[in-house]
Amino acid sequence: MVEFSLPKNSKIRVGKTWPKPEGATNLRKFKIYRWDPDTGENPRLDTYFVDMDRCGPMVLDALIKIKSEIDPTLSFRRSCREGICGSCAMNIDGGNHLACIYGMDEIDGDVNIYPLPHMAVVKDLIPDLTHFYAQHASIKPYLITHSPEPGKEWKQSIEDRKKLDGLYECIMCASCSTSCPSYWWNGDKYLGPATLLAAYRWIIDSRDEATPERLDDLEDPFKLYRCHTIMNCTNTCPKGLNPAKAIAEIKHMLVDRIV
Amino acid sequence: MRYVTPRKAAVGLGASHTGTEHHWWMTVSSAALALLTPSFLMVMGTALQLPERADILLYFTRPYPAIVVAIFMTLGMMHFIKGSRIMIDDYLEHTARKVAIIGFSIFGWAVIAFTLFALARIQLAFAQAI
Repeated sequence: MVEFSLPKNSKIRVGKTWPKPEGATNLRKFKIYRWDPDTGENPRLDTYFVDMDRCGPMVLDALIKIKSEIDPTLSFRRSCREGICGSCAMNIDGGNHLACIYGMDEIDGDVNIYPLPHMAVVKDLIPDLTHFYAQHASIKPYLITHSPEPGKEWKQSIEDRKKLDGLYECIMCASCSTSCPSYWWNGDKYLGPATLLAAYRWIIDSRDEATPERLDDLEDPFKLYRCHTIMNCTNTCPKGLNPAKAIAEIKHMLVDRIV
Repeated sequence: MRYVTPRKAAVGLGASHTGTEHHWWMTVSSAALALLTPSFLMVMGTALQLPERADILLYFTRPYPAIVVAIFMTLGMMHFIKGSRIMIDDYLEHTARKVAIIGFSIFGWAVIAFTLFALARIQLAFAQAI
Protein backbone atom coordinates (compact mmCIF):
# COMPACT_ATOMS: atom_id res chain seq x y z
CA MET A 1 0.00 0.00 0.00
CA VAL A 2 1.31 3.41 -0.97
CA GLU A 3 2.46 5.69 1.83
CA PHE A 4 3.30 9.24 0.83
CA SER A 5 4.50 10.38 4.25
CA LEU A 6 6.33 8.79 7.13
CA PRO A 7 4.39 7.73 10.22
CA LYS A 8 4.89 10.06 13.21
CA ASN A 9 7.27 7.70 14.96
CA SER A 10 9.44 7.32 11.84
CA LYS A 11 10.07 11.00 11.16
CA ILE A 12 13.79 11.69 11.23
CA ARG A 13 15.03 14.45 13.51
CA VAL A 14 18.41 16.13 13.73
CA GLY A 15 20.79 14.06 15.81
CA LYS A 16 24.10 14.51 17.51
CA THR A 17 27.11 16.11 15.83
CA TRP A 18 30.18 14.25 16.94
CA PRO A 19 33.43 16.22 17.47
CA LYS A 20 35.95 16.49 14.66
CA PRO A 21 39.12 14.45 15.05
CA GLU A 22 41.96 16.59 16.38
CA GLY A 23 44.69 17.67 13.97
CA ALA A 24 42.92 16.28 10.90
CA THR A 25 43.09 18.43 7.76
CA ASN A 26 41.28 16.24 5.22
CA LEU A 27 37.84 15.81 6.78
CA ARG A 28 34.72 14.24 5.27
CA LYS A 29 31.27 14.74 6.74
CA PHE A 30 29.01 11.70 7.21
CA LYS A 31 25.32 11.95 8.03
CA ILE A 32 24.12 8.58 9.24
CA TYR A 33 20.63 7.34 10.10
CA ARG A 34 20.39 6.18 13.68
CA TRP A 35 17.53 4.40 15.40
CA ASP A 36 17.51 2.35 18.53
CA PRO A 37 14.28 0.43 19.27
CA ASP A 38 15.14 0.30 22.99
CA THR A 39 14.97 4.07 23.47
CA GLY A 40 11.49 4.53 22.02
CA GLU A 41 12.68 7.73 20.33
CA ASN A 42 12.29 8.76 16.71
CA PRO A 43 15.14 8.08 14.27
CA ARG A 44 17.81 10.77 14.00
CA LEU A 45 20.61 11.77 11.65
CA ASP A 46 23.97 11.83 13.44
CA THR A 47 26.87 13.76 11.93
CA TYR A 48 30.40 12.37 12.01
CA PHE A 49 33.68 13.70 10.66
CA VAL A 50 36.24 11.23 9.36
CA ASP A 51 39.90 11.96 8.69
CA MET A 52 40.25 10.78 5.09
CA ASP A 53 44.06 10.68 5.33
CA ARG A 54 43.69 7.85 7.85
CA CYS A 55 40.78 5.96 6.27
CA GLY A 56 40.37 3.40 3.49
CA PRO A 57 38.69 4.39 0.21
CA MET A 58 35.36 2.59 0.60
CA VAL A 59 32.25 3.70 2.48
CA LEU A 60 32.51 0.58 4.65
CA ASP A 61 36.03 1.60 5.67
CA ALA A 62 34.62 4.87 6.98
CA LEU A 63 31.75 3.11 8.80
CA ILE A 64 34.18 0.72 10.48
CA LYS A 65 36.42 3.66 11.42
CA ILE A 66 33.45 5.53 12.91
CA LYS A 67 32.40 2.44 14.90
CA SER A 68 35.97 1.74 16.06
CA GLU A 69 37.10 5.25 16.91
CA ILE A 70 34.10 7.56 17.33
CA ASP A 71 30.82 5.82 18.18
CA PRO A 72 30.82 2.10 19.06
CA THR A 73 27.00 2.07 19.27
CA LEU A 74 26.64 2.48 15.48
CA SER A 75 25.18 -0.78 14.10
CA PHE A 76 25.49 -2.14 10.59
CA ARG A 77 25.97 -5.51 8.90
CA ARG A 78 29.23 -6.39 7.19
CA SER A 79 31.19 -9.52 6.54
CA CYS A 80 33.28 -10.24 3.44
CA ARG A 81 34.37 -6.67 2.55
CA GLU A 82 34.63 -7.63 -1.14
CA GLY A 83 31.09 -7.58 -2.55
CA ILE A 84 30.38 -11.28 -2.19
CA CYS A 85 28.20 -11.65 0.89
CA GLY A 86 25.76 -8.77 0.34
CA SER A 87 25.58 -7.97 4.06
CA CYS A 88 26.51 -4.29 3.86
CA ALA A 89 23.82 -3.21 1.37
CA MET A 90 22.53 0.20 2.38
CA ASN A 91 21.29 3.45 0.90
CA ILE A 92 24.31 5.65 0.24
CA ASP A 93 24.03 9.04 -1.39
CA GLY A 94 20.46 8.28 -2.49
CA GLY A 95 21.13 4.92 -4.13
CA ASN A 96 21.35 1.35 -2.87
CA HIS A 97 24.94 0.12 -2.84
CA LEU A 98 27.23 -2.33 -1.12
CA ALA A 99 29.23 -0.16 1.27
CA CYS A 100 32.29 -2.38 0.85
CA ILE A 101 32.67 -1.81 -2.89
CA TYR A 102 31.28 1.73 -3.13
CA GLY A 103 34.12 4.22 -3.19
CA MET A 104 33.83 7.54 -1.42
CA ASP A 105 35.38 9.20 -4.47
CA GLU A 106 32.09 8.41 -6.27
CA ILE A 107 30.20 10.73 -3.92
CA ASP A 108 30.13 14.51 -4.15
CA GLY A 109 29.92 16.44 -0.88
CA ASP A 110 28.61 14.96 2.36
CA VAL A 111 28.06 11.22 2.59
CA ASN A 112 24.45 10.44 3.54
CA ILE A 113 23.81 6.88 4.69
CA TYR A 114 20.43 5.31 5.42
CA PRO A 115 19.24 1.71 5.73
CA LEU A 116 17.72 0.04 2.65
CA PRO A 117 14.52 1.95 1.81
CA HIS A 118 11.02 0.96 2.85
CA MET A 119 12.08 -1.94 5.04
CA ALA A 120 11.43 -2.29 8.75
CA VAL A 121 14.58 -1.34 10.64
CA VAL A 122 16.06 -3.59 13.30
CA LYS A 123 18.59 -0.97 14.43
CA ASP A 124 20.50 1.87 12.75
CA LEU A 125 21.54 0.63 9.28
CA ILE A 126 20.23 -2.92 9.74
CA PRO A 127 17.00 -3.68 7.83
CA ASP A 128 14.71 -6.58 8.70
CA LEU A 129 15.05 -8.98 5.76
CA THR A 130 12.90 -11.78 7.23
CA HIS A 131 10.08 -11.37 4.68
CA PHE A 132 12.56 -10.93 1.83
CA TYR A 133 14.28 -14.23 2.68
CA ALA A 134 10.94 -16.00 3.18
CA GLN A 135 9.85 -14.86 -0.29
CA HIS A 136 13.09 -16.23 -1.71
CA ALA A 137 12.50 -19.57 0.06
CA SER A 138 8.92 -19.68 -1.30
CA ILE A 139 10.09 -20.00 -4.91
CA LYS A 140 11.94 -23.23 -4.03
CA PRO A 141 15.44 -22.10 -4.97
CA TYR A 142 16.85 -25.54 -5.57
CA LEU A 143 16.89 -28.20 -8.30
CA ILE A 144 13.62 -30.16 -8.55
CA THR A 145 13.59 -33.36 -10.61
CA HIS A 146 11.07 -36.15 -11.17
CA SER A 147 13.15 -38.51 -13.31
CA PRO A 148 15.19 -41.25 -11.62
CA GLU A 149 18.52 -39.89 -10.50
CA PRO A 150 21.30 -40.58 -12.99
CA GLY A 151 24.25 -42.71 -11.91
CA LYS A 152 26.76 -39.88 -11.79
CA GLU A 153 25.28 -36.42 -12.24
CA TRP A 154 22.57 -34.35 -13.96
CA LYS A 155 24.25 -33.42 -17.21
CA GLN A 156 24.11 -29.94 -18.71
CA SER A 157 25.49 -28.72 -22.02
CA ILE A 158 27.88 -25.79 -22.16
CA GLU A 159 25.21 -23.74 -24.00
CA ASP A 160 22.59 -24.45 -21.33
CA ARG A 161 25.05 -23.65 -18.56
CA LYS A 162 25.73 -20.31 -20.21
CA LYS A 163 22.05 -19.41 -19.79
CA LEU A 164 22.64 -19.24 -16.04
CA ASP A 165 25.28 -16.53 -16.40
CA GLY A 166 23.97 -13.23 -15.13
CA LEU A 167 21.56 -15.07 -12.85
CA TYR A 168 23.51 -17.31 -10.49
CA GLU A 169 25.76 -14.42 -9.40
CA CYS A 170 22.97 -12.80 -7.35
CA ILE A 171 24.10 -12.42 -3.73
CA MET A 172 20.64 -11.58 -2.34
CA CYS A 173 21.75 -8.22 -0.96
CA ALA A 174 18.20 -6.86 -1.49
CA SER A 175 19.47 -3.66 -3.14
CA CYS A 176 17.25 -4.25 -6.19
CA SER A 177 14.07 -5.18 -4.37
CA THR A 178 14.34 -2.24 -1.99
CA SER A 179 14.88 0.18 -4.87
CA CYS A 180 11.68 -0.96 -6.59
CA PRO A 181 8.60 1.24 -6.02
CA SER A 182 6.31 -1.71 -6.71
CA TYR A 183 8.08 -3.62 -3.94
CA TRP A 184 7.73 -0.61 -1.63
CA TRP A 185 3.98 -0.41 -2.22
CA ASN A 186 3.11 -4.10 -2.45
CA GLY A 187 6.07 -5.94 -0.97
CA ASP A 188 3.77 -8.14 1.07
CA LYS A 189 2.58 -9.88 -2.12
CA TYR A 190 4.94 -8.84 -4.93
CA LEU A 191 7.99 -11.08 -4.92
CA GLY A 192 10.36 -8.34 -6.04
CA PRO A 193 13.23 -8.39 -8.53
CA ALA A 194 15.73 -10.40 -6.46
CA THR A 195 13.33 -13.28 -5.83
CA LEU A 196 12.04 -13.25 -9.42
CA LEU A 197 15.60 -13.30 -10.76
CA ALA A 198 16.26 -16.32 -8.55
CA ALA A 199 13.02 -17.92 -9.77
CA TYR A 200 14.05 -17.43 -13.40
CA ARG A 201 17.48 -18.91 -12.62
CA TRP A 202 15.72 -22.21 -11.75
CA ILE A 203 13.09 -21.97 -14.51
CA ILE A 204 15.78 -21.65 -17.18
CA ASP A 205 18.00 -24.37 -15.69
CA SER A 206 17.95 -27.23 -18.23
CA ARG A 207 18.26 -29.82 -15.43
CA ASP A 208 15.21 -28.63 -13.51
CA GLU A 209 11.98 -30.52 -14.23
CA ALA A 210 9.54 -28.30 -12.33
CA THR A 211 9.28 -25.51 -14.92
CA PRO A 212 5.47 -25.76 -15.33
CA GLU A 213 4.88 -25.76 -11.57
CA ARG A 214 7.30 -22.87 -11.11
CA LEU A 215 5.51 -20.83 -13.80
CA ASP A 216 2.13 -21.71 -12.27
CA ASP A 217 3.29 -20.48 -8.89
CA LEU A 218 4.44 -17.16 -10.36
CA GLU A 219 1.40 -16.42 -12.52
CA ASP A 220 -0.35 -13.87 -10.37
CA PRO A 221 -1.16 -10.16 -10.74
CA PHE A 222 0.71 -9.41 -7.53
CA LYS A 223 3.52 -11.96 -7.28
CA LEU A 224 4.83 -11.24 -10.80
CA TYR A 225 2.81 -8.64 -12.66
CA ARG A 226 3.47 -5.81 -10.20
CA CYS A 227 6.68 -5.36 -12.19
CA HIS A 228 6.12 -2.30 -14.40
CA THR A 229 9.62 -2.35 -15.92
CA ILE A 230 10.70 0.68 -13.91
CA MET A 231 14.28 -0.69 -14.15
CA ASN A 232 15.47 0.67 -10.79
CA CYS A 233 16.53 -2.90 -10.00
CA THR A 234 18.87 -3.14 -12.97
CA ASN A 235 20.12 0.36 -12.39
CA THR A 236 21.07 -0.30 -8.78
CA CYS A 237 22.32 -3.92 -8.81
CA PRO A 238 25.85 -3.77 -7.34
CA LYS A 239 26.76 -6.96 -9.20
CA GLY A 240 25.70 -5.55 -12.58
CA LEU A 241 22.89 -8.07 -13.07
CA ASN A 242 19.64 -7.44 -14.92
CA PRO A 243 16.63 -8.55 -12.85
CA ALA A 244 14.23 -6.60 -15.11
CA LYS A 245 15.29 -8.76 -18.08
CA ALA A 246 14.80 -11.94 -16.05
CA ILE A 247 11.27 -10.81 -15.12
CA ALA A 248 10.55 -9.97 -18.77
CA GLU A 249 11.73 -13.48 -19.75
CA ILE A 250 9.33 -15.03 -17.22
CA LYS A 251 6.50 -12.95 -18.71
CA HIS A 252 7.52 -14.10 -22.21
CA MET A 253 7.38 -17.74 -21.12
CA LEU A 254 3.93 -17.27 -19.59
CA VAL A 255 2.67 -15.58 -22.77
CA ASP A 256 4.15 -18.43 -24.83
CA ARG A 257 1.90 -20.81 -22.91
CA ILE A 258 -1.28 -19.04 -24.11
CA VAL A 259 -0.36 -17.59 -27.53
CA MET B 1 -0.46 -8.50 15.54
CA ARG B 2 -0.46 -11.67 13.45
CA TYR B 3 1.29 -14.76 14.72
CA VAL B 4 2.21 -16.34 11.39
CA THR B 5 5.53 -17.68 10.26
CA PRO B 6 7.51 -15.60 7.72
CA ARG B 7 7.00 -18.38 5.17
CA LYS B 8 3.21 -18.31 5.57
CA ALA B 9 3.23 -14.52 5.25
CA ALA B 10 5.34 -14.76 2.09
CA VAL B 11 3.19 -17.45 0.45
CA GLY B 12 -0.09 -15.74 1.40
CA LEU B 13 -3.07 -17.21 -0.42
CA GLY B 14 -0.86 -18.53 -3.24
CA ALA B 15 -0.89 -17.69 -6.93
CA SER B 16 -4.20 -16.89 -8.66
CA HIS B 17 -2.91 -18.31 -11.97
CA THR B 18 -4.15 -15.18 -13.73
CA GLY B 19 -2.53 -12.07 -15.10
CA THR B 20 -0.96 -13.36 -18.30
CA GLU B 21 -4.13 -12.83 -20.36
CA HIS B 22 -4.33 -9.29 -18.97
CA HIS B 23 -0.64 -8.65 -19.72
CA TRP B 24 -1.01 -9.97 -23.28
CA TRP B 25 -4.21 -8.00 -23.88
CA MET B 26 -2.54 -4.78 -22.73
CA THR B 27 0.39 -5.45 -25.07
CA VAL B 28 -1.85 -6.14 -28.07
CA SER B 29 -4.21 -3.21 -27.41
CA SER B 30 -1.22 -0.87 -26.93
CA ALA B 31 0.13 -1.83 -30.35
CA ALA B 32 -3.32 -1.49 -31.95
CA LEU B 33 -3.88 1.93 -30.36
CA ALA B 34 -0.44 3.11 -31.47
CA LEU B 35 -1.46 2.27 -35.05
CA LEU B 36 -4.97 3.73 -34.71
CA THR B 37 -4.04 7.01 -33.01
CA PRO B 38 -2.80 8.85 -36.15
CA SER B 39 -6.01 7.96 -38.01
CA PHE B 40 -8.14 9.07 -35.05
CA LEU B 41 -6.27 12.39 -34.78
CA MET B 42 -6.66 12.98 -38.52
CA VAL B 43 -10.39 12.28 -38.37
CA MET B 44 -10.92 14.52 -35.34
CA GLY B 45 -8.68 17.23 -36.83
CA THR B 46 -10.66 17.21 -40.04
CA ALA B 47 -13.98 17.32 -38.14
CA LEU B 48 -12.91 20.23 -35.96
CA GLN B 49 -11.92 22.27 -39.03
CA LEU B 50 -15.43 22.12 -40.46
CA PRO B 51 -17.34 25.41 -40.08
CA GLU B 52 -20.85 24.28 -39.14
CA ARG B 53 -22.23 21.69 -36.71
CA ALA B 54 -24.28 20.20 -39.55
CA ASP B 55 -21.09 19.68 -41.58
CA ILE B 56 -19.48 17.85 -38.68
CA LEU B 57 -22.51 15.58 -38.27
CA LEU B 58 -22.51 14.91 -42.00
CA TYR B 59 -18.79 14.10 -41.84
CA PHE B 60 -19.43 11.40 -39.22
CA THR B 61 -22.03 9.74 -41.41
CA ARG B 62 -19.19 8.67 -43.69
CA PRO B 63 -18.00 5.10 -43.03
CA TYR B 64 -14.28 5.84 -42.49
CA PRO B 65 -14.56 8.54 -39.76
CA ALA B 66 -17.39 6.71 -38.00
CA ILE B 67 -15.57 3.37 -37.96
CA VAL B 68 -12.24 4.88 -36.88
CA VAL B 69 -13.90 6.74 -33.99
CA ALA B 70 -15.95 3.70 -32.96
CA ILE B 71 -12.97 1.34 -32.94
CA PHE B 72 -10.60 3.85 -31.32
CA MET B 73 -12.98 4.81 -28.53
CA THR B 74 -14.05 1.21 -27.82
CA LEU B 75 -10.52 -0.16 -27.84
CA GLY B 76 -9.16 2.91 -26.04
CA MET B 77 -11.66 2.73 -23.23
CA MET B 78 -11.25 -1.05 -22.86
CA HIS B 79 -7.50 -0.36 -22.63
CA PHE B 80 -8.28 2.32 -20.06
CA ILE B 81 -10.42 -0.01 -17.95
CA LYS B 82 -7.77 -2.74 -17.90
CA GLY B 83 -4.91 -0.26 -17.54
CA SER B 84 -6.56 1.55 -14.65
CA ARG B 85 -6.75 -1.81 -12.88
CA ILE B 86 -2.94 -1.87 -12.76
CA MET B 87 -2.87 1.58 -11.19
CA ILE B 88 -5.66 0.72 -8.74
CA ASP B 89 -3.88 -2.47 -7.66
CA ASP B 90 -0.72 -0.43 -7.07
CA TYR B 91 -2.22 2.34 -4.99
CA LEU B 92 -5.38 1.09 -3.30
CA GLU B 93 -6.34 -1.91 -1.21
CA HIS B 94 -9.29 -3.64 0.45
CA THR B 95 -12.70 -1.99 -0.12
CA ALA B 96 -11.25 1.11 -1.79
CA ARG B 97 -9.66 -1.14 -4.41
CA LYS B 98 -12.92 -2.95 -5.14
CA VAL B 99 -14.93 0.28 -5.32
CA ALA B 100 -12.35 1.88 -7.64
CA ILE B 101 -12.35 -1.14 -9.98
CA ILE B 102 -16.16 -0.99 -10.21
CA GLY B 103 -16.15 2.81 -10.65
CA PHE B 104 -13.51 2.86 -13.40
CA SER B 105 -15.24 -0.03 -15.21
CA ILE B 106 -18.62 1.74 -15.15
CA PHE B 107 -17.03 4.98 -16.38
CA GLY B 108 -15.17 3.22 -19.21
CA TRP B 109 -18.16 1.25 -20.45
CA ALA B 110 -20.37 4.34 -20.16
CA VAL B 111 -18.01 6.29 -22.45
CA ILE B 112 -18.06 3.41 -24.95
CA ALA B 113 -21.88 3.27 -24.80
CA PHE B 114 -22.24 7.07 -25.27
CA THR B 115 -19.80 7.05 -28.21
CA LEU B 116 -21.51 4.20 -30.02
CA PHE B 117 -24.96 5.64 -29.25
CA ALA B 118 -23.94 9.07 -30.59
CA LEU B 119 -22.52 7.57 -33.78
CA ALA B 120 -25.63 5.42 -34.28
CA ARG B 121 -27.88 8.41 -33.67
CA ILE B 122 -26.02 10.47 -36.28
CA GLN B 123 -26.33 7.62 -38.79
CA LEU B 124 -30.06 7.15 -38.09
CA ALA B 125 -30.78 10.88 -38.28
CA PHE B 126 -28.96 11.02 -41.59
CA ALA B 127 -30.86 7.96 -42.89
CA GLN B 128 -34.19 9.54 -41.92
CA ALA B 129 -33.24 12.82 -43.62
CA ILE B 130 -32.58 11.27 -47.04
